[in-house]
Amino acid sequence: MMNAAFRDFVPHNKELGLTIIAATVVPPTVTLKLPFDERLIGNPFTGVIHGGAVTTLLDAACGASVYVKLQEPTPIATLDLRIDFLGRAPARREITAIAECIHATADVAFVRAKAFVDDESKPFALAAATFALSTQGRALTDKEMRNVEPTRGGSQ
Amino acid sequence: MSQLDKALGGDVDGGKTALELAQIPYLKMLGMRLEERDGRRVGVMAFAEHLVGNPTIPALHGGTLGGLLESIAHFELMAQRDEKQKLPKTITLTIDYLRSGKPRDTFAVARVVKAGRRVATLHATAFQEDEAQPIATAVVVLKVG
Repeated sequence: MMNAAFRDFVPHNKELGLTIIAATVVPPTVTLKLPFDERLIGNPFTGVIHGGAVTTLLDAACGASVYVKLQEPTPIATLDLRIDFLGRAPARREITAIAECIHATADVAFVRAKAFVDDESKPFALAAATFALSTQGRALTDKEMRNVEPTRGGSQ
Repeated sequence: MSQLDKALGGDVDGGKTALELAQIPYLKMLGMRLEERDGRRVGVMAFAEHLVGNPTIPALHGGTLGGLLESIAHFELMAQRDEKQKLPKTITLTIDYLRSGKPRDTFAVARVVKAGRRVATLHATAFQEDEAQPIATAVVVLKVG
């Protein structure tokens, strides 16, 4: 269900093949994977994925963790997002991101995230993000949640 | 000479690398091209449905704006350093999302704030109708050399 709303309702998440592979409520975390795809290469000489795809992955993971924290379908918008690239992403590999919503007030949610390939303890990118809550746009209705395409697995 | 070679400021010895930059798969997917307008390099991200992050507004995905801002910073630094052979590496990228990106073409420009020997700091801006009303800005710290 979560993947349906997350991926099939968000065209750019679907375009990149982002999939939720795990989520916890306490603490509010979401784990996403970004499959390797030739179309995402940023440096044709090295085969390393473009930073923009990593930014999309981390932004999406951060946003999803806010939904888990809030436990209700509230429209949110990224206010700011900082990414530290500790190293380059290994070439031609699937990337995983874990995000945790650390705190939420009535208006703003605070998130930390990291991206890695094999070893969670050795991330190649760290992120800090804040989200505005109850922004313009609207939450998905129950009907929309039901009507999106079935997920391809890995659903929570 | 390709549009990108031109935008990057002239011929490239061997004529290879800048041309190959135009072949960056991610930028193709993003629909981004580089143009020269009023003597400035401008990144243009052509709108496409698959760039949408919130279909209820609809608004562009924040990640697409991040990719656009990071890329225009790379190109601006390469042009100013007369470095066409090597893409810079991003150290940090800090994006402020100011307005929702509408379903239309988005433009981006970057300015080198400080170019040091090893590290350069750039400010990048993304806008749609009006450059004075940016939809997102970014500080991009790049490793050079």
